[in-house]
Amino acid sequence: MPQNDLVDDQEGRVTALAAARQAVPAPEEPILELKDVKIHFAVTAGVFKRVVGHVRAVDGIDLQVRRGEVLGLVGESGCGKTTLGKGILQLVNITNGSVTYRGNGETVDLAELDSKALTPFRKRLQIVFQDPYSSLNPAFTIFGSLEDPLKKYGVTTRAERRRVIGDLLEAVNMSRDAMDRYPHEFSGGQRQRIGIARALCVEPELIVCDEAVSALDVSIQAQVLQLLMELKRDKNLTYIFITHDLSVTEYLCDRIAVMYLGKIVELCDAEDLYANALHPYTEALLSAIPVADLDKQTERIVLEGDVPSPVDPPSGCRFHPRCRHARDICRQAEPPLKRYEIDGRDHYAACHLIEREAAD
Amino acid sequence: MAPASDVALTVKDLKTFIYTNNRCNKAVNGVSFSIRRGRTLCVVGESGCGKSVTAASIMQLLPTLSRIEAGEITYHSDRGDIRIDLLPRNGRKMRAIRGQDIAMIFQDPMTALNPVYTIGFQIMEMLRYHTRLGWRARYRKAVELLRSMGIPLPEQRVDEYPHMYSGGMRQRAMIAMAMSCNPKLLIADEPTTALDVTIQAQIFDLMETLKREHGTAVMLITHDMGVVAELADEVAVMYMGSIVEAGTVDEVLRTPRHPYTRALLESIPILGRGKAQEIHAIPGQTPNPYKRPPGCQFADRCRYRIARCETMPEETQLSGTHRVMCWRHADEEVHLDAAE
Repeated sequence: MPQNDLVDDQEGRVTALAAARQAVPAPEEPILELKDVKIHFAVTAGVFKRVVGHVRAVDGIDLQVRRGEVLGLVGESGCGKTTLGKGILQLVNITNGSVTYRGNGETVDLAELDSKALTPFRKRLQIVFQDPYSSLNPAFTIFGSLEDPLKKYGVTTRAERRRVIGDLLEAVNMSRDAMDRYPHEFSGGQRQRIGIARALCVEPELIVCDEAVSALDVSIQAQVLQLLMELKRDKNLTYIFITHDLSVTEYLCDRIAVMYLGKIVELCDAEDLYANALHPYTEALLSAIPVADLDKQTERIVLEGDVPSPVDPPSGCRFHPRCRHARDICRQAEPPLKRYEIDGRDHYAACHLIEREAAD
Repeated sequence: MAPASDVALTVKDLKTFIYTNNRCNKAVNGVSFSIRRGRTLCVVGESGCGKSVTAASIMQLLPTLSRIEAGEITYHSDRGDIRIDLLPRNGRKMRAIRGQDIAMIFQDPMTALNPVYTIGFQIMEMLRYHTRLGWRARYRKAVELLRSMGIPLPEQRVDEYPHMYSGGMRQRAMIAMAMSCNPKLLIADEPTTALDVTIQAQIFDLMETLKREHGTAVMLITHDMGVVAELADEVAVMYMGSIVEAGTVDEVLRTPRHPYTRALLESIPILGRGKAQEIHAIPGQTPNPYKRPPGCQFADRCRYRIARCETMPEETQLSGTHRVMCWRHADEEVHLDAAE
């Protein structure tokens, strides 16, 4: 994938990017297309589990994932980013909407398939979980944990499985004999690499990385990030990278979607997000991140209060109770995700006030 | 050095060892620093480097099977200097200092607060031990503290239990509790690691205000270089039980002299630099604390290792405030290489 070649010098990078723009014409079919996806969980009360409300974890998301890109999903805890990631893989039931997957000449709505019909697609979409301590079974050796998906997808002989897993462990910079050891023998960074190897073992096309580096120390985090980028280049992968860390997202992703309370509030190219954030929430989020550079210290925009409950989200724009620019219209009408153009690149944002500002 | 009256706490050559299964983990192995009033010292390092154990040593809150083996912790109170390391762990003097003179905020406010008592009760408990206020005055003070921490409807919230608070509010309640007796020194052990960035910004704002208004000395433990750049006046970088580099925030972040400090700064992506920035991972991992290398603890992962690194480097004073533990601190080759 040319647009992700990490060409070091500035000039080389620019040409690589330009070449990428020409080589990949825009209307290529996205690998994944979400239409109005809603994921609600019922809140029950009493002995009879009466439904008293719904947690609107994900509340109407339209999103396209292009083949070969790294799409970042960022937001604070409780904004629904993890639920959306799980919803894409059908690990939670989708209440409404469609998740269309295109690959190998097929086009399917994953949300409509039952678990049996889903099996062949599970192979193509994989996930790496956040916590490397709880996502590996402590009673199994690494080989034991990694061989199940291979069995399921047709690697029948044990010798062959050992070979495949050995290769994978080497691909994630670990030694082959790691496969006969138990999870407790490994450090957090090593476990996370095993988690990545497990996701890779069925040769997926798309991997959802759910806070894959958040639990790691910074020095180890950089190792895992570099590994993810190498694997992406070698194996032609597409990532959906879910995280709360905007610095990592900006470094790693091609496009970034910012979520707030179950909605996407802003979606644009990674380089545009920092330079031209449109939504007030994104601005506040960016300003709140401590930057390890003494020359880049900016004024913090401190948001008041907490994220409201997704059971009973605010009317109109969901961000309005914390927004310093909020006006009457923000309390009444929900802003749609609108397309803007910045330097010829698409930039989506959901805020009433953007156009008004432009008009002023 | 600053005049002595300005210094709230001095730690000199502190060694704290933890014993488990007949093995000894030299968690803190010769650490020295001082914290001045109205200033923030950030202790930064990766997990297992001994930063929390240092804090626990100051508060005498170490686990049972551990002890301060050597060194001095001196608290410079208005009543004269107190050697904290010599006090019995749970003696009357130590308990009087804890909370009143030196207060601490923990990483996870849910486990640090008692779930079966109201927030108000827990704040009032501090005041009951350390002041002579009556119940009514304590209650009023608790409400006042919650209000000053920016908790909405404090009259009502004071009677609520920790589970009814959100994460950010719990952390504020913790800070309210810590600040209730106007401590001279506030130790914050990763106070915002469990919180979202927008809430983190609120807490930092609050801590800055407190520092400014009360002249509290703050010791902030963190693993996030970004937090250091924003809040610190002084920085101490820890690795495997030693402070490998310390100085003012300008000295350490602009002219890092220890390869570990530099590697740490190079390994994090910086917001606003986009995809063109290079990040360099530190190869390998931190050594097993029971099988430490004999010399420089970072030697195995260091690009500039030389034979001499087999022995423990001495601490070198580079300026009045900047010190570093590296044999090659003056080696221009190392620093030119890094500057590229």
